[in-house]
Amino acid sequence: MTDQRSQAELVRQSLKRRYRKERRFRLYGIVAIFIALASLFILFADIIGKGHTGFVKTTITLDVTLDSETMYLDDPTDKDQIAMADFVAPIIAALQDHFPNAEGRAAKRELGRLVGSYAASDIRDLLEANPDLLNTTQTMEFLAHDTVSVYVKHADDPSYSIRLSEQQQAWVDELLEKGVVDTSFNDVLFSRGDSREPGNAGILGAIVGSLFTMLVTLAISFPVGIAAAIYLEEFAPQNRLTDFIEVNINNLAAVPSIIFGLLGLAVFIGLFGMPRSVPVVGGLVLALMTLPTIIISSRAAIKSVPPSIREAAEGIGASKMQVVLHHVVPLAMPGMLTGSIIGMAQALGETAPLLLIGMVAFIVDVPDGFFSSATVLPVQIYLWASSSEQGFVELASAGIMVLLAFMISMNALAIWLRKRLERRW
Amino acid sequence: MIKLKTAFASVALAGSIAAVSAPAMARDTINIVGSSTVYPFATVVAERFGRNTDFPTPKLESTGSGGGLKLFCEGVGTQHPDITNASRRIKKSEFEQCQANGVEGITEVKIGADGIVIANSKDAEQMNLTLEQVFLALAKEVPNPDGSEELVANPYQKWSDIDSSLPNKEISVMGPPPTSGTRDAFVEIAMEGGCKQYDWIAAIKKQDKSQYKSICHSMREDGPFVEAGENDNLIVQRLAQDKDTLGIFGYSFLMENAGQIQASMINGVEPTPDTIADEEYPVARSLFFYVKNAHVGVVPGIQEYLAEFTSEGAWGDNGYLVDVGLIPNPRGVRMKTANAAKNLKPLTGSEL
Repeated sequence: MTDQRSQAELVRQSLKRRYRKERRFRLYGIVAIFIALASLFILFADIIGKGHTGFVKTTITLDVTLDSETMYLDDPTDKDQIAMADFVAPIIAALQDHFPNAEGRAAKRELGRLVGSYAASDIRDLLEANPDLLNTTQTMEFLAHDTVSVYVKHADDPSYSIRLSEQQQAWVDELLEKGVVDTSFNDVLFSRGDSREPGNAGILGAIVGSLFTMLVTLAISFPVGIAAAIYLEEFAPQNRLTDFIEVNINNLAAVPSIIFGLLGLAVFIGLFGMPRSVPVVGGLVLALMTLPTIIISSRAAIKSVPPSIREAAEGIGASKMQVVLHHVVPLAMPGMLTGSIIGMAQALGETAPLLLIGMVAFIVDVPDGFFSSATVLPVQIYLWASSSEQGFVELASAGIMVLLAFMISMNALAIWLRKRLERRW
Repeated sequence: MIKLKTAFASVALAGSIAAVSAPAMARDTINIVGSSTVYPFATVVAERFGRNTDFPTPKLESTGSGGGLKLFCEGVGTQHPDITNASRRIKKSEFEQCQANGVEGITEVKIGADGIVIANSKDAEQMNLTLEQVFLALAKEVPNPDGSEELVANPYQKWSDIDSSLPNKEISVMGPPPTSGTRDAFVEIAMEGGCKQYDWIAAIKKQDKSQYKSICHSMREDGPFVEAGENDNLIVQRLAQDKDTLGIFGYSFLMENAGQIQASMINGVEPTPDTIADEEYPVARSLFFYVKNAHVGVVPGIQEYLAEFTSEGAWGDNGYLVDVGLIPNPRGVRMKTANAAKNLKPLTGSEL
């Protein structure tokens, strides 16, 4: 009796301590979550803070007189004349209308540097398409030079103005007031390929390249992965050989991705003579990388189908193949799809293996097929981040935001599919 | 179930088509590989070329000079690159490798020069260094100051420790990381240039090349030399703020920031486009690209690309490459090179 009472006493005494312990334990968890969320928040704040200006372009709208004398051009249909004509002169003349005091070679050169390098070819393209416009005055919108663009976007930060002379800064300030220099949504980012000038650089080439690459990856890794998983799980005999294969698949999942790049270089480019930098080779390499992920998750999905389903099907006389194709695979499909989408999202963010097969390259034209040179989203971000022009810093962050948007939508799709198709027993 | 089967079948079919359809052997895009130092110039030319002609824009990979020449020399055929850029001349061994693999006609185009400068803030006094002093200030191990022929860990902390004529200030130099071509060139030209002034070290070269290299090419890691990222603006901001710090970078960058920083004289020569072009300034090198003649006419546009690169509008004294920082060759050299490029005059190997 006394023993029991003292034991209850003991418990009561330690109770407070145990509660405290539990509260502390919970607090550790909350702190851990807080640290994770805080680092995520810092990352996003940094990317969005740097990248939001990437979605803005700076334009200069000018009334350009397409005078045949200043351009040395009488006939815009003549290819030779087009090649020799001076299309920068009318732009400088139009800028001089705003600043009549800017005389002399040096001042003209500085004026000309306010607009981007595509401005001259914009005029050429316009004249080639409409030769009648020669000797007329047209209102044209040009992309501003990178130095002007960063100066306008970061007016409060002096480190962004070091590449503009004081005279140029005064000009830009005046043009801003007049509304000649203006900022608007950067549609160029989503309609062009790469460029050496940040204002003209777009991410469309990389998006299309990623799309082609992912299509090849999906077309190979999904059927092969699922077929392998079904065979290993449902049909393969349990022996040393299948054990060996199983261990190797698990090992492959942990192999660093660069190794797959070396394999791709040796086999697809070296042995099969496929061209460098093309989405087919990139897709094949990424497919090899994704395969183990898909096989492992698909096997887990098949395993989680309750044996009662198989037994019931066998019980009413279904063959092994009927059991698998009619019952097990449809029930395991949500899990297989989720695994595949996660594997694909991983492949979408991969750069290391692509380095070796030449997909880390300067490619201006938007790819038009599986065999045209292409680069992918994360590579484009890497290329921009390592460029020295200031305008590329914000473009790199903007590119990260686009890539993250793709990743989040792929993961959302995976969650949606699982929610929609999943069956509970 | 039929739906599932057709889905499987179509995915499998798409996969096999993608895998089986033979790689298109004909290629209409010029493939360029090579030096990361030439890359900024070549990409600008390529982009203009793509925009101003009907040819597709050439594809450029930055593989480094050595990596580019290795790919270039692997053979003739459209799976191999057409042009490789190099921030040094092709080596005899590489040329022979090319010949052995059937890459016989190679046209060399010298596009201009690039200087590496050691600069500081305009508020500080201009430095006048010799290559030997640069080596003593920045090498990991230096000859014993007492004059004996042995190496000791770099003891110099102040410039005046090296030579009393230099300012009494801490040695503090920011430079590019080892991934950079500028670092390679700086190490090979400036550091080695100072290092081999010591006869007994130069003598090691004949006996043990790798030991010689590790003596001359190792930068110190105890603080006075700081590896900055490849972000030039960061270096310039640091130099502007801290007038005791020096920075190492390409001449083109000095030109763009001439308002804030000044270059040190090396061996008494100030880097200017002229002194770099005629190699009077010691830390200068030439930039090249090499064309595979067998691909001309097979891959469309190579000759037109050459014409664009070698036009006065591009590499001339007022060309657009000068805006990106290229130091043009003298006009006579340009004319001769442009002519050789036009006629695809192959290297014979004897000039190397």
